[in-house]
Amino acid sequence: MTTAPSMDAAVSARPPAFVPNWPARIAWIALALYACYATSILDVSWARFVTGIDNGIRFIGRMLPPDTEASKMTLMLRGLYETLEIAVLSSALGILLSLPIGLLAARNLMPPWLTWPMRLLIALCRSFHQVIIAILFVKAVGFGALAGILALTVASIGFIAKLFAEAIEEISAKQVEAIRATGASFMNVILYGVLPQVLTRFVGFATYQFDSNIRNSTMVGIVGAGGIGGTMFAAFQKFDYDYLLTILLAIIALIMVSEALQNWVKKVYQ
Amino acid sequence: MPAASQPEAQPDSQPQADSRTAALEIRGLKKEYRRGVPVLHDINIRIPGRGITAVIGPSGTGKSTLIRCINRLVEPTAGQILFKGLDLATLRGKALREARRRIGMVFQEYNLVERLTVMENLLSGRLGYVSPFKAWLRRYPAEDISAAWELLDTVGLAAFANQRADALSGGQRQRVGIARAIMQRPELLLADEPTSSLDPKTSVEIMELLAGLTQGRGIPVILNIHNVPLARRFADHVIGMSGGRVVYDGTPEGLDDTHLKEIYGGEDWLE
Repeated sequence: MTTAPSMDAAVSARPPAFVPNWPARIAWIALALYACYATSILDVSWARFVTGIDNGIRFIGRMLPPDTEASKMTLMLRGLYETLEIAVLSSALGILLSLPIGLLAARNLMPPWLTWPMRLLIALCRSFHQVIIAILFVKAVGFGALAGILALTVASIGFIAKLFAEAIEEISAKQVEAIRATGASFMNVILYGVLPQVLTRFVGFATYQFDSNIRNSTMVGIVGAGGIGGTMFAAFQKFDYDYLLTILLAIIALIMVSEALQNWVKKVYQ
Repeated sequence: MPAASQPEAQPDSQPQADSRTAALEIRGLKKEYRRGVPVLHDINIRIPGRGITAVIGPSGTGKSTLIRCINRLVEPTAGQILFKGLDLATLRGKALREARRRIGMVFQEYNLVERLTVMENLLSGRLGYVSPFKAWLRRYPAEDISAAWELLDTVGLAAFANQRADALSGGQRQRVGIARAIMQRPELLLADEPTSSLDPKTSVEIMELLAGLTQGRGIPVILNIHNVPLARRFADHVIGMSGGRVVYDGTPEGLDDTHLKEIYGGEDWLE
């Protein structure tokens, strides 16, 4: 047994196979502690919970049955149509502008003096919520769908252009290299070396943003930027809860149709 | 044989001058990725105007850098690369793109555009001649399309023309890679380890295809390859590199164990 001690020594000399990540552990523990503390100062009591349930039930009771009176339905359909118009136009404009902006912001294709201003522009588009941008546009171009379209176009650029630029930065350089080696012009390198690699992802971002734009276009109406949101907000304020339910159901239906449309587009472009 | 009917020259190519029998001449080529750490030291070689010139040597010895300096996918630090009266090392912009389209390239990992079809990949060899608008609409000249069909027949992939490149096996992909390079109607073909990702049988088939397609068209080839038996079998001329320097420049027959020992180091592997 002369080899045993030396083997033990060799085993004990090895570093641990899995090194604990202490900074991450401490961060998780700190997060858990803060969540407990924040809950404790919220003043959530059983009594409040019971009253809340009671209020909720009464609210739902007043929503049923949904109001389907003809004049209100016409008003709602007009609002829905405008919402769809805002979503489609802002998505189309946003997608169109995101293509060049995203391309110019990709750091593996463009020089820094071009990518920095583009990235700044994208960051600017992302810094405020759509509703805040909508308020600015309502002030600028007045009440109505145009303000909503412009606000959601800005939001679309912020989302699609950023992710598109990131997708381009992750492409395989080998395919680009092969196209460059054929003597292709810069535009042809983009068309054959870059775009085919990111097209599916771009379509994914664009359809997701279209879906978001439908939901967001119901929101911007609250601040007067057109669409079903204005009608919905008015119903809320007039305690017209049964009409509110009709509008909510219609929005849900619209989102489901958009979901089906998204799946179809993705299947076409996979 | 499609090679015979193929029109030899593009409008801008010069007639072969008798005095310039070399396909390429490299003088004093040096490449440093980091200052003071040269990967290529003072390379001086002449590539014959016909046949396959194999560049052999261990991994990391600068073979890939050498071949990429020729079509300027890598920027040389110093030296001249003379090709048909041009110094490739100094070209810029349009002149560089026009030189590149006269030089085909085949890659180790095929470098096909995965999401494009086989036909689109072949026609991408013509991108140096087609405007972006026509390229986008796939409006290629009819002669390019018929040349692509002929080449697909030759490499045995006509049935795959409309399949995406990512649906193909390794050997099939490299056939497309070679066909794409031939589509350029190049005056020189660069092949960077074209068989290293393939099994031994497919490697030989790919080399036979490469040799056949280029011989018939009279295209000189610079072939990076670390497989010595394959180099001996297919090359007309061999350049041995070690540590970023040329240590052998001669016929495949003249390459003996002493040279291989110098190129690859050690000798146990020669047994």
